[in-house]
Amino acid sequence: MPKDGGIGASTKRREDVRFLTGTGNYTDDINLRGQAYVHFLRSDVAHGKINKVDTEAASGMPGVLRIFTGADFEGVGSIPCGWQVTDRFGEVMQEPAHPVLAQGKVRHVGDPIAAIVAETYMQARDAAEAIEYDIDELPAVVNMKDALKEGAPKVHDDLKNNLCYDWGFVEENKAAVNEAFEKAAHVTTLELVNNRLIANPMEPRVAVGDFNRSTGDSTLYTTSQNPHVIRLLMGAFVLGIPEHKLRVVSPDVGGGFGTKIFHYAEEAFCTFAAKALNRPVKWTSTRSEAFMSDAHGRDHVTKIELALDKDNNFTALRTDTHANMGAYLSTFAPSVPTWLHGTLMAGNYKTPLIYVNVKAVFTNTVPVDAYRGAGRPEATYQLERVIDKAARELGVDPIALRRQNFITEFPYATPVAVEYDTGDYNATMDKLEEIADFKGFAARRKASEAKGMLRGLGINCYIEACGIAPSNLVGQLGARAGLYESATVRVNATGGLVVMTGSHSHGQGHETAFPQVIAEMIGIDADMVEIVHGDTGNAPMGMGTYGSRSLAVGGSAMVRATEKIINKAKKIAAHLMEASEADIELKDGAFSVAGTDKSVAWGDVTLAAYVPHNYPLEDIEPGLEETAFYDPSNFTYPSGAYACEVEVDPDTGRVTIERFSAADDFGNIVNPMIVSGQVHGGIGQGIGQALLEACAYDENGQLQTGSYMDYAMPRADDVPFYTVDHSCQTPCTHNPLGVKGCGEAGAIGSPPAVVNAVIDALQSGGKNVTHIDMPLSPSRVWDAMQG
Amino acid sequence: MPQVNMTVNGKSASGQIEGRTLLVEFLRETLGLTGTHVGCDTSQCGACVVHVDGRAVKACTMFAAEAEGAEVLTIESMAAPDGTLNTIQQAFQDHHGLQCGFCTPGMVMSAAALLAENPKPTEAEVRNYLEGNICRCTGYHNIVKAILAASGQDVSAIAAE
Repeated sequence: MPKDGGIGASTKRREDVRFLTGTGNYTDDINLRGQAYVHFLRSDVAHGKINKVDTEAASGMPGVLRIFTGADFEGVGSIPCGWQVTDRFGEVMQEPAHPVLAQGKVRHVGDPIAAIVAETYMQARDAAEAIEYDIDELPAVVNMKDALKEGAPKVHDDLKNNLCYDWGFVEENKAAVNEAFEKAAHVTTLELVNNRLIANPMEPRVAVGDFNRSTGDSTLYTTSQNPHVIRLLMGAFVLGIPEHKLRVVSPDVGGGFGTKIFHYAEEAFCTFAAKALNRPVKWTSTRSEAFMSDAHGRDHVTKIELALDKDNNFTALRTDTHANMGAYLSTFAPSVPTWLHGTLMAGNYKTPLIYVNVKAVFTNTVPVDAYRGAGRPEATYQLERVIDKAARELGVDPIALRRQNFITEFPYATPVAVEYDTGDYNATMDKLEEIADFKGFAARRKASEAKGMLRGLGINCYIEACGIAPSNLVGQLGARAGLYESATVRVNATGGLVVMTGSHSHGQGHETAFPQVIAEMIGIDADMVEIVHGDTGNAPMGMGTYGSRSLAVGGSAMVRATEKIINKAKKIAAHLMEASEADIELKDGAFSVAGTDKSVAWGDVTLAAYVPHNYPLEDIEPGLEETAFYDPSNFTYPSGAYACEVEVDPDTGRVTIERFSAADDFGNIVNPMIVSGQVHGGIGQGIGQALLEACAYDENGQLQTGSYMDYAMPRADDVPFYTVDHSCQTPCTHNPLGVKGCGEAGAIGSPPAVVNAVIDALQSGGKNVTHIDMPLSPSRVWDAMQG
Repeated sequence: MPQVNMTVNGKSASGQIEGRTLLVEFLRETLGLTGTHVGCDTSQCGACVVHVDGRAVKACTMFAAEAEGAEVLTIESMAAPDGTLNTIQQAFQDHHGLQCGFCTPGMVMSAAALLAENPKPTEAEVRNYLEGNICRCTGYHNIVKAILAASGQDVSAIAAE
């Protein structure tokens, strides 16, 4: 019987009402008195030396307040990178400067050359056209392998070359891995590309800077997944504003998917310019700008090899990856191909020996950083594709091959430095076989063939590491931040609660799901709990929302703070009832004394905390407000099994997704409706990556996919209804809610399932196709079919 | 600057605007009706869909001056004056047809136009009609389901959670 409230209930989302009535408060909806507008003049070449930026004529244009260039940011800090990777020789990565506005050189199409601030947005745009600039175009490096060649043009003249780092993991295992390959009964090799993507949250980025001359305080309104992180990075490293003089607000944010984690130059510019001009300064990205200024995702080129013994047990895995960093290091870019990727290469399997090599490369392209899944989709895609290929080469059932090699005992320490606490990979595969109706596939294939179509079934397993992350561990790995979360729970005199959290909701439904947890802990109505997020002026500190961490880390902080509240409230209740604190029980919003009929209501206790006439003042302070910081002791490890069924038109190469099923293990679930929605969205993005989306540059570094005319976003008619199930639950053992996180799973688990399905369809039609790089557009599939 | 006059959500609205002002800019900046969103600059995403004289229109694709004398309806007009959601809005909430909410106003306005011309659409008709509305959060599953439900059709057989 479904619950109608609390943990496990599909409570309808309270935030929906404002979004459905047009009364949300997105950053672009914020307009401040006296606000000016900025337009960025961006480079139209990928690589060039700036000889001159003449702003004189433009400065006299109507409405222009001031035009800034790179020279105005001499002495201002560089946009910082939050993660320092150490390479396999013990050297730290090469880390270039990233000025707010280009200085000396432009390094990608979209690099900002000048910023025009004017009374209106249109005036700023008009004035941009009057700026005379002279840029000597230089040869650009776009292809990663070319960028590493001796004598290749350097993206950064002050660095040795275009290699950010050459990372080996686990370096000490390398010899043993190579030896295992020599002894292998069978080796399967696959070279593949994880296509470059653009996250494309539907709300473009916006920044509004404000400066209060009377207090000297700066405020930045920005479309961020983590306003506290922006406050720290921008304040401490770029503009030199102490945190107590800088407030960052991220109100309703229209999707993030990773690309709104990072600190961007436009945020620093608006904050800087607001002070320089003593006026609020607003920037609203157009979608065209977003394509060339939002950090992109993925873009890995990999060779993966899987070694098996004569009984088809996996004995070793070896990968060689080139990962594109783009022209500058975005906030978490170095961590994505390393610690969020190499550590996942064991997948769901007990492969004893693994070696991962990653070369991160600078190119004249937009910076690349985390996009939904971040490193884990890249790991899963390689692994699950090579396993499928191995099964075909060996003539064994791909599901049986996976099951044979599944990890079945937990906790399990992988050879790539992580320890899975719980999981049951056979259970999710069993569930998948049921919900995807594998038994009926043969008949469905026959029906497709009868109409001249090829039908394929592809499966995929995944594991992800989320609930990011133990601070002491990530510190050792190069993170320049802690990855805890904080929460303050403020109980008002009349019993209502305000919970201030560092987690940020930009579609995940925190305002609904978080109160379900707290209401259940106290036994009150969820309507009595209000969630406040997205403002550094409220929550004490926050690392924000990404890496499927909000409930596992942020939720745990809320639980800890609420436990402190309950403990204090019990002391007050004990005093009111003249009983021993040890005998006080809290149930259904009332405190009672065990074994008696004495009881006081939640509201009586909260009132007493603020009107302490009858109160244990000698023992505890009045008031009822507690803060907790929660630092996880391990990652969480959601897992699952996905199945995709496709039809391929042999005449055109067009792929249609006929069925898509997902069986996930997210541990305990707070709101099943929201969890399903997260999986649906991830699958939609994964299908997009597999069939439609590709960010393309030409050999000169021109961005060829600069709008929705060229970049194929998934539409409603590209996808089917999905069947998702999360009834397999092995709770996380190390956080108080037993939750694992569900935000990225769909995007991680779906691309390999789609590609495996297409290969299956083509092989069923007698086509000897073993691999096609994503996106599997009709032309690529058709080309592959022609052999 | 020229003057433009129209009826927006049943009230007369006018403003002095530059000729190049788009309808969506007039709604958002001049009238302060920020429920209509701008998600792209190539008329692809549909976050700005409003109704002009009963037709669904991308408000980034016409100049405000072109709406001179027109009856314009935006997302702000869809709920009852007491705040009660209309059938489509309620179905979106009931079936979790939105996440970040940014594409939602356009989705609701498109859905309303669809159901006005085709009160009982099939799944394929809904998906086809939404070709001009992009959502990045939901994978469309619950949007399509919500619109079918709003049309009075039984959606209980569609995979739920």
